[in-house]
Amino acid sequence: MEKPSLKYIKELSGGDTDFEKKLIAVVKAELPGEMALYKENMENHAFAKAAENVHKLKHKFGILSLEKSYQVAIDYEEQLLQGEIGLGKEFESILERIQDFLLTLSLE
Amino acid sequence: MNCIIVDDEMAARTIVAHLCDQVESLNVIDQFSNAMQAIKFLNKNDIDLIFLDIHMPDFTGFDFINTLKNPPKIVLTTSDRNFAIEAFEYDCIVDYLVKPITLPRFMKAMTKVQNVKAAPAALGEETPTVASEIATEKEMYVNIDRRLIKIEFDKIYLIEAKGDYILIKTDDKSYTVHSTLKKIEEKLPDSLFLKIHRSYIINFKRIIDIEDNSVLIEKDVVPISRSNRPELMRRLNLL
Repeated sequence: MEKPSLKYIKELSGGDTDFEKKLIAVVKAELPGEMALYKENMENHAFAKAAENVHKLKHKFGILSLEKSYQVAIDYEEQLLQGEIGLGKEFESILERIQDFLLTLSLE
Repeated sequence: MNCIIVDDEMAARTIVAHLCDQVESLNVIDQFSNAMQAIKFLNKNDIDLIFLDIHMPDFTGFDFINTLKNPPKIVLTTSDRNFAIEAFEYDCIVDYLVKPITLPRFMKAMTKVQNVKAAPAALGEETPTVASEIATEKEMYVNIDRRLIKIEFDKIYLIEAKGDYILIKTDDKSYTVHSTLKKIEEKLPDSLFLKIHRSYIINFKRIIDIEDNSVLIEKDVVPISRSNRPELMRRLNLL
């Protein structure tokens, strides 16, 4: 199972730890709202809107170096646009993993 | 060079602003989370460059460009590769960055922006576009056993991911290179190559035939993923 990491953020920062903290803080702040919108749209069977939410969320996958999960998100977005939800559980388990990972990160 | 960033995602704006900080000649004047705010700003301010997200609620990046009478240079930023062809239709679009954006890829885009700015318009030359710049690249070099080996793009018909390696198949021979599909994809011209599956990039000029979920290319049958199929179909000259 692929695990989130800070590989991309570290590469991007070039050692600028203030930037690393800033970006992590932004991801932590932005993710819950995007997830809530996704869940709301799924509950309302608004799959096209949920696909837009998945589109945004997949960038967070990339930021946390989840390359395989990024592909899952691409495929899931496509599914949702066709009214299918086959990859939904896998996608949501990735979101849970990201949430757990973000909880382990200190901004000190 | 004065620039603005237009993206509804804060993380994306934070990343692009950080990347801009790495380029001395770039000056980020402002950032906008929606296209309407940016249009109001552009009505009153001259800007040299816009980093523009395509996928925004209510107003796409292309809608945004269509509202501008004299658009400045634009670098698209997106999580979706499927708009690359449409991007070629706009002279003002200098490059197309797929998120998450890496520093090397960003720097390559900035070189293109600088080249476009320095283009000798007085000589009546057309503004270079992404397509024309890519068309000038004919080969790449790969590092194999400490040797840099030249491979011409038009001789490559298939690239396959093999764990930590990629297998590059050409007319003459096959090369196993320690790299990733993502890295080589950035070096390949969009006019010839297309990723059709998470493990395969093909030279789509070399396709022999296509069935529902696979492509025959030379003697190899290659799967097409559902998400990549629409882009492949768009690239084909269908009767």
